Amino acid sequence: MPWRYVGRRLLQLAVILFGVSVLVFLMLRLIPGDPAQLLLGEYATPAELEQLRHKLGLDRSLAVQYWVYVKSALQGDMGVSIRTGAPVFQEIAPRLIATVELSLAAMVIATLFGVGAGVVSAVRQYSVWDYLTMFLALVGVSMPIFWLGLMLIYLLSVKYPLFPMMGRLSMGLDIPVVTGLVLVDALLSFRPDVLWDGLHHLILPAFTLATIPMAVVARITRSSMLEVLDQDYVRTARAKGMDEWVVILRHGLRNAMLPVVTVLGLNLGLLLSGAVLTETIFSWPGLGRYVVDSLMGRDYAAVQGCILIFAVIMTLINLLVDLVYVVLDPRIRIHE
Amino acid sequence: MNRLELFTDLLRNRTAALGLCLIAGIVAVALAGPALAPYDPLVPAPLDRLQPPSAQHLFGTDSLGRDILSRVIHGSRLSLLIGIISVTISLVPGTVLGLLAGYFGDPLDSIIMRVMDVLLAFPAVLLAIFITAILGPSLPNTMIAVGIVYIPHYARIVRSNVLSLKQQLFVQAIRHLGGSHARVILLHILPNTFAPIIVYATLGMGTAVLQAAALGFLGLGAQPPQPEWGAMLSEGRQYIQMAPHVAGFPGLAILLLVLGFNLFGDGLRDVLDPSLRSR
Repeated sequence: MPWRYVGRRLLQLAVILFGVSVLVFLMLRLIPGDPAQLLLGEYATPAELEQLRHKLGLDRSLAVQYWVYVKSALQGDMGVSIRTGAPVFQEIAPRLIATVELSLAAMVIATLFGVGAGVVSAVRQYSVWDYLTMFLALVGVSMPIFWLGLMLIYLLSVKYPLFPMMGRLSMGLDIPVVTGLVLVDALLSFRPDVLWDGLHHLILPAFTLATIPMAVVARITRSSMLEVLDQDYVRTARAKGMDEWVVILRHGLRNAMLPVVTVLGLNLGLLLSGAVLTETIFSWPGLGRYVVDSLMGRDYAAVQGCILIFAVIMTLINLLVDLVYVVLDPRIRIHE
Repeated sequence: MNRLELFTDLLRNRTAALGLCLIAGIVAVALAGPALAPYDPLVPAPLDRLQPPSAQHLFGTDSLGRDILSRVIHGSRLSLLIGIISVTISLVPGTVLGLLAGYFGDPLDSIIMRVMDVLLAFPAVLLAIFITAILGPSLPNTMIAVGIVYIPHYARIVRSNVLSLKQQLFVQAIRHLGGSHARVILLHILPNTFAPIIVYATLGMGTAVLQAAALGFLGLGAQPPQPEWGAMLSEGRQYIQMAPHVAGFPGLAILLLVLGFNLFGDGLRDVLDPSLRSR
């Protein structure tokens, strides 16, 4: 592992995060509307407003406000939500886990079906299956997922009630929270009924969220596989009389995975973007919905916390993708 | 490749031709708008609320009894406008920044690209929501927000092209012959970055339409009674159990328009840049 490269990337990460924090901080102050007024309502007296502004630190200079914010954030204190009065960190943590559960499920669906479809498409190039898959993949990347989600709800929850419409678990079902991931917690507490119910709730939103990444992965897997299957070592493997599927999977897919891994990593941004919409449609209690609600309620601290976390995750994933790339392909030399 | 060759190549490329047909169809609908729409898209008809599709109302009616087909037809104008304006808002500054960063190199390059990195650190929808919240929910602000979000994408593409063009002999020769920076950039580098920019902008039209519809869906875009497809979908969400057509048709329209841009963009890439041809 090239440590100098990792060090340099970490330094870049720090610079980007600094930029993100300044940008979010300044932009939030530009939003029209006074949070003190919003909290106390229109009948608050000027004295009361002044008092609340002082309490929230809104009467101090921007530089001081930013400094206080950064200092506390570095200590894990993201401030207090002005809507609920609870520490932002406490509000964000369970919602982040709900979003992670949804995104992971979507990622698994996108990878399994995307890679599968891409491989078969490449192996049967120019077949009906190939054309159909690639056309569907193009439809997939063009899909307004908020529409797809609604149509799935209508078809599979209303017309044919196979899946629940919203939420993470049915009313009345409860399990002790260990990890916060419903499926994992259900396994840990040996509750097959909760596991089934959680899975049942997860399928529609996860499939909706997976649509675009799945289409992107299928396209990139196909083109990457086609390139690899043309190589001499694949011809050699075939000439040795190896089983065709062994050639395809071991010699082909393994070497075709590099661009797929990159795309999977970069798709995390798409997933987080998609989560905002998917969570709204399926009333999934995640961070995406929370950030939209916080923004509407001008909850500065909550929005800052959420966006910072989104940005940290995106930046870390990009770093991780680059590192996985180096590990997967030792030929890649990183230009210092 | 001259223009005629390009055009015949495009028509011969099945993907591009299909995309072009879809786009042309929607543009025709948008242009013919008022003549084509059977009803006024804004006037409510309380007696006809939430009617399912029928011979009178091919796409049914919404919660105020307005004809959905007429609203979808009028909405096509808004969506095309959103696509064009948003892409222009990202394309122009993105191209200028990419040219400057790539051509002049450090320290300008580092400054511009780090700012772009900061913008790229946000999930796209989130940044667009954030900007719209600051500017206030409205259709023009949606276009600005979606435009700003994609500036870094154009800057990156242009910059990487400029970096390789800068090394080419013809550019260096012009510099040595005394060509000014402005001359080199505007007359020799910029025209050579057109192909990737055009491809990306075509695909970007689809993305912009989708993003703007998403903002409309979240209530941050066009405001009622404007017949914007995303906002119509958002309204339809409340009636999904009893009247799925209210959300169904506007969503289908979004899908077809975005698909058109994506098909055409893919085909355009194959024709303009054979090295990128997806096999």
